[in-house]
Amino acid sequence: MTSLRAFGAGLLAAAFLLPFTANAAEDTIKIGVLHSLSGTMAISETTLKDTVLMMVDDINKKGGLLGKKVEAVVVDPASNWPLFAEKARELLEKDKVAAVFGCWTSVSRKSVLPVFEQLDGLLFYPVQYEGEESSRNVFYTGAAPNQQAIPAVDYLMSKDGGEVKRWVLAGTDYVYPRTTNKILEAYLKSKGVKPEDIMINYTPFGHSDWQTIVADIKKFGSAGKKTAVVSTINGDANVPFYKELANQGIKADQIPVVAFSVGEEELAGIDTKNLVGHLAAWNYFESVKAPENDAFIKQWQTFTKNPKRVTNDPMEATYIGFKMWTQAVQQAGTTDVDAVRQAMYGQKVKNLTGGVAVMNTNHHLSKPVLIGEIQANGQFQTVWRTKDVIRADAWSPYIPESAKLKADWTYPWVCGNCAEPKFKM
Amino acid sequence: MSLSTRLLATHDRRLWLGLGALALLLLGVVPALNLAVPPDSALHVPNYVVTLLGKYLCYATLALAMDLVWGYCGVLSLGHGAFFALGGYAMGMFMMRSIGTRGVYGNADLPDFMVFLNWKELPWYWLGFDHFWFAALMALAVPGALALVFGWLAFRSRITGVYLSIITQAMTYALMLAFFRNEMGFGGNNGLTDFKDILGFPLSQPSTKLGLYLLSALVLGLAFLLVRFVVTSKLGRVMMAVRDAESRVRFLGYSPTAVKLFAFTLSAMLAGLAGALYVPQVGIINPGEFSPANSIEIAIWVAVGGRGTLVGAVLGAFAVNGAKTWLTGAAPELWLFLLGALFIAVTLGLPKGLLGLLRTNKHG
Amino acid sequence: MKIFKLALLALLAVASPAFADDFADAVRGLNADGYSDKIAAAEALATLGDGRAALVLDALADGRLYAAPDGALLIEQAGAFTDAVTRAAASGAEATAITVNNRLRGVARGAAGRLALFSPDPSLRKRAAEAVLAQPNPESAETIRTALAREADAEVRQVMTLALATLDLAAAEPERRKAAIVALKGSSNPQVRGQLQRLLEIEAEPQVKAAAEKALADINVRLTLVDMGANIFQGLSLGSVLLLAAIGLAVTFGVMGVINMAHGEMIMLGSYTAFVVQEGFRAFLPPDYIGLYLPVAVPVAFVVTFAIGVVLERTVIRFLYGRPLETMLATWGISLMLQQAVRSIFGASNREVANPAWMTGGIDLAGGFTLTYNRVVIIGFCLAVLGALAALLRWSSFGLHMRAVTQNRPMAAAMGIPTDRIDAATFGLGSGIAGMAGVALSQIGNVSPNLGQTYIVDSFMVVVFGGVGSLWGTLVGALSLGLVNKVLEPYAGAMLGKILVLVVVILFIQKRPRGLFALKGRSVDS
Repeated sequence: MTSLRAFGAGLLAAAFLLPFTANAAEDTIKIGVLHSLSGTMAISETTLKDTVLMMVDDINKKGGLLGKKVEAVVVDPASNWPLFAEKARELLEKDKVAAVFGCWTSVSRKSVLPVFEQLDGLLFYPVQYEGEESSRNVFYTGAAPNQQAIPAVDYLMSKDGGEVKRWVLAGTDYVYPRTTNKILEAYLKSKGVKPEDIMINYTPFGHSDWQTIVADIKKFGSAGKKTAVVSTINGDANVPFYKELANQGIKADQIPVVAFSVGEEELAGIDTKNLVGHLAAWNYFESVKAPENDAFIKQWQTFTKNPKRVTNDPMEATYIGFKMWTQAVQQAGTTDVDAVRQAMYGQKVKNLTGGVAVMNTNHHLSKPVLIGEIQANGQFQTVWRTKDVIRADAWSPYIPESAKLKADWTYPWVCGNCAEPKFKM
Repeated sequence: MSLSTRLLATHDRRLWLGLGALALLLLGVVPALNLAVPPDSALHVPNYVVTLLGKYLCYATLALAMDLVWGYCGVLSLGHGAFFALGGYAMGMFMMRSIGTRGVYGNADLPDFMVFLNWKELPWYWLGFDHFWFAALMALAVPGALALVFGWLAFRSRITGVYLSIITQAMTYALMLAFFRNEMGFGGNNGLTDFKDILGFPLSQPSTKLGLYLLSALVLGLAFLLVRFVVTSKLGRVMMAVRDAESRVRFLGYSPTAVKLFAFTLSAMLAGLAGALYVPQVGIINPGEFSPANSIEIAIWVAVGGRGTLVGAVLGAFAVNGAKTWLTGAAPELWLFLLGALFIAVTLGLPKGLLGLLRTNKHG
Repeated sequence: MKIFKLALLALLAVASPAFADDFADAVRGLNADGYSDKIAAAEALATLGDGRAALVLDALADGRLYAAPDGALLIEQAGAFTDAVTRAAASGAEATAITVNNRLRGVARGAAGRLALFSPDPSLRKRAAEAVLAQPNPESAETIRTALAREADAEVRQVMTLALATLDLAAAEPERRKAAIVALKGSSNPQVRGQLQRLLEIEAEPQVKAAAEKALADINVRLTLVDMGANIFQGLSLGSVLLLAAIGLAVTFGVMGVINMAHGEMIMLGSYTAFVVQEGFRAFLPPDYIGLYLPVAVPVAFVVTFAIGVVLERTVIRFLYGRPLETMLATWGISLMLQQAVRSIFGASNREVANPAWMTGGIDLAGGFTLTYNRVVIIGFCLAVLGALAALLRWSSFGLHMRAVTQNRPMAAAMGIPTDRIDAATFGLGSGIAGMAGVALSQIGNVSPNLGQTYIVDSFMVVVFGGVGSLWGTLVGALSLGLVNKVLEPYAGAMLGKILVLVVVILFIQKRPRGLFALKGRSVDS
């Protein structure tokens, strides 16, 4: 009897191997979608999965890519970082996808990075992040700190932004806020801000009781100098933060809050009537009037069958990434990773907000930077934008160790983190 | 009775046959199908399946550890994920140190995350992790010591049942929050990652993965023998007595505290070992492993497989994780429904777990 | 001098709408293209000293100023449009809002504030004076002096004196600076402290410096007291949130012994009920009633989650009595399914549940401490729920039956109590309370499918800490955990504070293995 039990166990284990050995037909180009559909990150990532599906739908309607249909393989890494690595491996090895669109948090990207490098896959990463990375197998289409944080601070220091003299850097305790705040601290000091005029505060993920911190901000802001809050508070914690802010009566014309992780999608979950005037810095706002943007919003609302559905910056980054990949595939005439990678450099796609995004040889984009104020209808109104596109720095010049490094994947550098070229000219 | 006779004794001979077959499958057939059979053959076991199985084997070892304390000693720990993660961190720290100058900043003394958060020197608790033996020792000693202290405090004051479950949960939750803090020097939310090699074997090589897989299978087998040895010994009898009627055991003159403490500590060390093997295979360790939900899941594997049977724990770990792998790919929008339904169905319909089902089927 | 004139004119303006043409021109200027032009126009408008300017500037700052296609500017008030110049009713159908940025908003508010110093309404005058106090601006000095001379209301006079004194801190004569410091000594306004600190940085006169240091020390003592008071309030507020999340669990887990891992999901369902009720109000009722959605949502949420609780009890839980660990497994499964169900129905992203107007904002108490309405309401609501539950258990026949069943099931059954029905109702009650808690918690946090997960660990901790089966213990446990957390937070930071609280709980359980208020008797050990 017991041996049969054990045999049963063996059989069961074997049964689970079966699903992995199936192979699919070859007349499609497969792409992977690696966004959490459950768990804590589902709030943000589900939207991006739908965006990729919409783009796939769109390209198939236009006749596909290289004469083949594009097929999206959707998996759910469930906000579980080791599961991200497992699913990435599965997409690349089992489904043999040509490219993967996915990840949101830095840790999920770090988790899949070795997999993509080992199996030589392509990942398009669509979220603003802390920089300090340039992998040969990843294209970063979100903003680097110099495309978000620095311009935002510059704006607040300007006359229009209120000539801020005192700064609260508030963030969730993880690598993106840590790095951004470190860069900002160095930058502010280089602009003559005194250390006692900078307050840095970190909170845990999903922090929900903001009474003390908001009261502290209020206190810090009562020193008679114009004060602003630079918020790198992550997703979930923002709703209670802003609710507390509004209820404790912090108005944008007294202490403005500029956020790097709050977009239209997040605002849709908050009543913004009492938050008018607080700011965000992004590369995209839904409210920007441009023909491409209007078309994109319409396409999105039709696709989701929801006329109120909002768009946001990571969606634009996904859009740009997907477009660039299709263009690169067409240019290379193949989905072969090496060929596509070469074709990616210098690839241009029109931004939804005007201007042209360019893929640089450091695997990051040149994009415009926009600063917007929250409106009562949950949208942003652009109050400032860069005249031209800004080129993303993979390595920040404000962190001493990384200032020495350079990312350039073309000859003679061919390197993501080198102090000197790999090849001598 | 000598060890071997007791282990191989009596009614269980067929169990050993079955396990032998399983061992052959895992140690012989899978590697053979992976290495010898050409990739386009239907019988080929691709590399990622090997990695996946390696991961499951670690989970199975962890489930065994859980079964020892819960199934045989009646201590439902909802903090076993913490011991697993601590073992993982110990191994992660060793692999971090072996990166050396190959990190992005090329700093030989400090891991990357310390360099860019401006750490000037290596904190004292990182010392020694340059050596494999030290890291391996710590992977066992740290979870063991934590379990010893925590268990001593808890069992001494006769905290039992749900109270114990909840404070173990509080323990893992507190550790999660602590490891999230970047000041702790364990890489914060990102944890430890970007490993290059282990003992000189590059982690990107399929052969290294296969080696780790074989090692995990071996460790699972040894862990199984060890736990089986413990639960079939006299001590094991006392353990089960503690589980079933703790007060009576105490009145009989045994010390339930010592028995529980032994089981808890041994289990924590096994969990740490599983964690140490897990990390090189998945390539990342971060505070998410401490999350209370992970620890609850461990209990669920054991319950699904069949509590207090050892084989059940292994089976449950494979079944639930296999289902998870399969469903998150095959039904990404629905898998939580299916998994949730599985848990409810198992508790309602199969109080003895999947193993109970196999058993009844053979009879009927 | 110009400003002095403006002040006088402002007084006159209400009566005689002079300078009408200048006014109309200045108003039109607000519809300029660039922000700097708009700011110039707003400043010009303020210096005109027309009483109507305050209305226009207020509307501008609030984003209620619109431009009609014909170039006329309209003020929107509660959905109705009036012409900014003529005050005649107008159609706002085609009008577009005039865009404002923070700087323009600040200028407009400041200017409107100065004009409001002469408003007939004393509360407006007080607010205006407070605005000057918050952002002292030498230009305001003359205006305030004039206003002070005419002010009759003692309270307003006090604020105006303070505001004037802060302005005097920048005076050239040391005597005036010193007099200002003396006037400010009794204040407990953090703004004043900030002003004094700034003065200390630049002050050269030793006498003035000494006075300022003394005044600062006095203010600091008072503000520290305020901080302590604020800390206690924040602790109570956090405690009440923990308590709300835990009361339902105190029933299902504490009384019934069911380890209900789906408890958090009941809270979540309550929050989503609040969302649905709110959307219903928005869709079907006139906007005036929107503030009522919350009181309506509370009973609705109770009924919804009560029903779901009863269904779960009848279909799953009742088969698992006496096997607490199995219920944990099954309810974990239920929680996964409920999360995914909500995700499928409402989408994965956060849903917006707005604070009703009566729960928005707060009262500014002394020392910059704001008592926020939503927190106060939640503390009250939470105590009311706990009181009602205690009364139900103590005095109703259902409560009697429930206690009887939990204490001795076979005996209760023998006495003719329908134990099955009582079990279902008890589980339903616990779920229903969780649902009501969800409505309250939707007012301070996220409404997302993950909502329940954020409360589950804390809830269990509170119930175990307080003592399983004791409502009183849950109350004391929640409030003390809240207080400890908030007292630690300013010193240890939010993260370390939370870790320390967990360690305290773990160590405390070692001392009292059955929590704060342990039930006595033999039944506990089984």
